[in-house]
Amino acid sequence: MRKSIIAAAFASLAILPAAASGAEEPPHVDYSFAGVFGTFDPVQLQRGFQVYKEVCAACHSLKFVAFRNLGDAGGPHFTEAEVKALAAGYDVAAIDNETGEATTRKGLPSDHIPAPFPNEIAAKAANNGSAPPDLSLMAKAREGNASYIHAILTGYDHPVPEGVQVPEGGNYNPYFPGGVIAMPKPLSDGQVEYADASVPRTVDQYAKDVSAFLMWTAEPKMEVRKRVGFGAILFLGALSVLLYLSYRRVWRNVDH
Amino acid sequence: MASGHSNYTPSNGLTRWLDERLPIIRFANDNLLSFPTPKNLNYWYTFGAILFYCLVIQIVTGIVLAMHFVPNSALAFSSVEYIMRDVNYGWMLRYMHMNGASFFFIAVYVHMSRGLYYGSYKAPREILWILGVIIYLLMMATGFLGYTLPWSQMSLWGANVITNLLGAVLGQDFTQWLWGGFSVDNPTLQRFFSLHYLLPFVILGVSVLHVWALHHVGNNNPTGIDPKGPQDTVPLMPYYTAKYYFVITLFTIAFAVFVFFAPNLLGHADHYVEGNPLKTPTHIAPEWFLGAFYAMLRAIDFNLILDSKILGVLVMLGAIGILFIVPWLDTSRVRSANYRPVYWWCFWIFCADFAMLSWVGLQPAGTVLVQMGVAADGSPTGLNVTHLAQIGTLYYFAFFLVIMPLLGLFETPRTLPESIAQSVLKRGGAGTPAGAAAAPETRI
Repeated sequence: MRKSIIAAAFASLAILPAAASGAEEPPHVDYSFAGVFGTFDPVQLQRGFQVYKEVCAACHSLKFVAFRNLGDAGGPHFTEAEVKALAAGYDVAAIDNETGEATTRKGLPSDHIPAPFPNEIAAKAANNGSAPPDLSLMAKAREGNASYIHAILTGYDHPVPEGVQVPEGGNYNPYFPGGVIAMPKPLSDGQVEYADASVPRTVDQYAKDVSAFLMWTAEPKMEVRKRVGFGAILFLGALSVLLYLSYRRVWRNVDH
Repeated sequence: MASGHSNYTPSNGLTRWLDERLPIIRFANDNLLSFPTPKNLNYWYTFGAILFYCLVIQIVTGIVLAMHFVPNSALAFSSVEYIMRDVNYGWMLRYMHMNGASFFFIAVYVHMSRGLYYGSYKAPREILWILGVIIYLLMMATGFLGYTLPWSQMSLWGANVITNLLGAVLGQDFTQWLWGGFSVDNPTLQRFFSLHYLLPFVILGVSVLHVWALHHVGNNNPTGIDPKGPQDTVPLMPYYTAKYYFVITLFTIAFAVFVFFAPNLLGHADHYVEGNPLKTPTHIAPEWFLGAFYAMLRAIDFNLILDSKILGVLVMLGAIGILFIVPWLDTSRVRSANYRPVYWWCFWIFCADFAMLSWVGLQPAGTVLVQMGVAADGSPTGLNVTHLAQIGTLYYFAFFLVIMPLLGLFETPRTLPESIAQSVLKRGGAGTPAGAAAAPETRI
């Protein structure tokens, strides 16, 4: 009786349901990084980066990610040469050392991925008045995480239900709060040429890959976090057994 | 019973010399080693030690985080991401600090509930209890200030909501003084950072007074009756320190599960959206540990003499303020709920009530739980979270203002044991206590 009350009290404190947002629940996606043993699939993250680079990057920045991060283990794990080549493919703003004038130079691995627009006003002006948000943290900034992003990207072909008004420049997407999203349908089948021909070139696959990639950009230390966690819990578990035994031994002659 | 129990004898010339000038070793010996502690304390009594451990975790991780954090409205959010990505083990420090706050509050709620259950606030422990309530208040303030520092959407708008609440009672001039301007902006962040760094040390100071008060009057215990002699107590070291090491390790395991495997479970997704003063989020939620008070604030959606907004703030502040006078609201002379059959029920209902309020406070206002009809505009009507908040608030105040004073007059308590030693032996403890003379002739 008492125990169940206590358990119920704790359960209700610990489980915090997501706030109702009026949007449909994102469908479940099997990600390699789900669960306590899950890890990122570097090949999938590389494909996801390709989708970001060829599609999303036209409008969305990724400001917290540097080129060097793309070479990280526990991430896309591009080789050093690939990272250098990737970075060199971008021009980044610089100051001329001689004249002090604004100029550009080739990107270095230490540079962050350049944003598509110079500032928010330019981003707004080019996109019907609503600036495309930065994607670095998007997978953590929405309930549903990566599967929310997957749901948004694949959610464009639903018929508009009765009673929903889609204004000019808006698009119906049931997974977006309110149902109307400013972003037009970004992906279509066959749009991105994957090097590996065995991977399907479908919107669903692109959405899975880019959402996995964005989960990594949002939580780049996930693999080391889980690894350290296992070590910590194994150690603490063993320690707690020893401490329990010593506690019992200290108290062995005391009635309590 | 606890004061003046000193059994410390300096063992050599140097310690004798020191003892006559600054008896610091004696102080440590009397308070940390030989302090006589009732031998029947159960696991609920370990949360004081756990709380001290939480405070140390928060201070240590916080000091290192402050080395990397930039308290500037344009840079704060990026600097948190810099900690998460580029500082060595910065992600671990931040997740420990973030979840450490939640675990601090879990522990403090257990600790306070234990006090309420075993009547630990009753004479002579009123000051001990009041110092605890002050620590709790300081913790809430510190937790709120920390919530604002990442300068996320939740930070910015949470800061707006709370400061405007204070403004509703204290006036616009006060709010502007608090903000350092005409809105929540960079000056607000900088002063909140400064105060967030200051308050934990104030908590540490009040905790020292709290422990001083505890060690002056001695621990309460599950029977609620005072120890009658050395047969009822054991020295803190090694008996309770051994227990603390074990329990703190268990607590750390639970903490590690959150830090390493569900670090964002207790937080809100909007914490990862950079603060934007031009864009109000659809739903502003406080941290879960402030949810109950936020629920009570929102429960007052009607005017009663005062405007509902001011009344709501007063109810919320009253809910915390009432804790200060608990020692004088409870009229029962029996401390422990183990011997108070009616209070036992009222106490557990109170715990469930507080848990419910904490949950309600995080739900969007007006969320319908049981639909009973449809309003003219097509939205559902029926039992909504505000109704739950109102019922919960009513019980919260009734528990303190009606149940506590009246139960002492009407409740018939169970028979108390003669002594701690007797209650221990009755429970079936076998063997002879080391160094304690049991009194088998008084057994019932």
